[in-house]
Amino acid sequence: MIKIEEKLFQNRYRVDEGRPHIQISDPQVCANDCKTQSCTFACPAACYAKDEGGGVVLTTDGCLECGTCRVICSEYRNVDWSYPRGGHGILFKFG
Amino acid sequence: MAEKFDAIVVGAGPAGNAAAYTMAKAGLSVLQLERGETPGTKNVQGAILYADALERIIPDFRDDAPLERHVIEQRMWVLDEKSFIGTNYRSEAFNSDQPNRYTILRAPFDKWFSGKVKAAGGLVICETTVTELIQEGKKVIGVRTDREGGDIYADVVILADGVNSLLAKKAGFHGELEAKNVALAVKEIHFLPEEVVQSRFNIKGNEGVVIEIAGAVTHGMVGTAFLYTNKESITLGIGCLLSDFKKAGIAPYTLLEELKAHPAIAPLIEGGEMKEYAAHLIPEGGYKAVPTLYGEGWMIAGDSAGLVNAVHREGSNLAMTSGRLAAETVIALKEMKLPCTAPHLARYKAALDDSFVMKDLRKYKELPDILHGNPHFFSVYPRLLNRAAHTMLMVDGQDKHSKEKTIRGSFVEQRSLWGLVGDAYRMWRATR
Repeated sequence: MIKIEEKLFQNRYRVDEGRPHIQISDPQVCANDCKTQSCTFACPAACYAKDEGGGVVLTTDGCLECGTCRVICSEYRNVDWSYPRGGHGILFKFG
Repeated sequence: MAEKFDAIVVGAGPAGNAAAYTMAKAGLSVLQLERGETPGTKNVQGAILYADALERIIPDFRDDAPLERHVIEQRMWVLDEKSFIGTNYRSEAFNSDQPNRYTILRAPFDKWFSGKVKAAGGLVICETTVTELIQEGKKVIGVRTDREGGDIYADVVILADGVNSLLAKKAGFHGELEAKNVALAVKEIHFLPEEVVQSRFNIKGNEGVVIEIAGAVTHGMVGTAFLYTNKESITLGIGCLLSDFKKAGIAPYTLLEELKAHPAIAPLIEGGEMKEYAAHLIPEGGYKAVPTLYGEGWMIAGDSAGLVNAVHREGSNLAMTSGRLAAETVIALKEMKLPCTAPHLARYKAALDDSFVMKDLRKYKELPDILHGNPHFFSVYPRLLNRAAHTMLMVDGQDKHSKEKTIRGSFVEQRSLWGLVGDAYRMWRATR
């Protein structure tokens, strides 16, 4: 089991507390309609996790701002994705 | 307060910096907006810098740019689970005064490039996210930012906001990215003492080695991996088409961990200290996926315009060139006192068509479709090649003629004779 937290721990972030830049538009769609829930394995920061009720929970703190979840959610377009406020989010030291 | 500039550039990556620098140097009033804390903090690349594209913008960049190593050796490896077969090209001729390729770290490099923009008179404002384009009818007249009273106006806006290109999508200039047209790449940087990097790769001074990798590590998905030597670190990563990740149900970091554990790779990074993990989308749809490149009062450049030559792992040079050509278009129109209307900005597209950027993309325009339809290029062939090498190199009492027959048989069994001929034809057609 790969501990993604250990990877993300090396990164520098300035989290915009209480203002996630990505939101799931309609959680019901994830729980009831989406069969693949590809975001839960494709997100390189593992921001998306399956919850006990069959839905998907999103925690954006470790987000690498790549856009994978936005593009991969092509059937339902259920990811409301924008960039963090200026200066917030991931701050690459090496890039 | 309605401030107005000759041009606004959104983004401080290679395309945006090339555009902003070129216009500022020509005396235009330029505002560049960057959402990162400093330029480079949002940007991710392998990264190889191709000198030519930058030389055409900053001829003496070698004097002070933060370069890691100049590339004197290129290895191409095709991996099976426990083996690899490959080629090396190494030449003393790459040790010239003006090397052609360098490894770089994008955060310090982009910061350096941005410094040149400022020195040329451009106004660079960081920690500012552009939220939308301000339009008057069809015409783009400025940008709205997330700062208070953040509306700013200009004669032209150059979009260099990266692969996700939210602004152009919001304005309806182009559609959503398709998963089959983007690769998701993840990478890590591992720090090692300089002399360890040198001895492991048989290099001295600032010489560098790059390894491009295909085969088993992508689990048959369309994709490649890479390992680049920096001064005191090694960057390694792997990327595959997002549509393939979706189909395969594999996490990108799983591939990265397997790459790091591969017997050909593990000894090269052993003992390194991992200091950053990054992910990035790469637009790999090629020629057919390039959107409209200009309109009334706007142009789009670099990754945001999908200008990446995936076959040759080139992107930042296409970005810099497109940024420069967009800037030169604005400069020419200003000199002629012509407005930045779509018919006039068509010169940008013409200049791109006339450059290696579009010529190369056109050359490989069929390749993305062919790779989607023929995943065995990334699964069957790597295995066959490795096993062929293994068969030939095992001295085990079997005669060479029989060995050749075994190898031929394994190819025909896996792909059939017509399959092999068809594959050869398809690859020839896609790359001629």
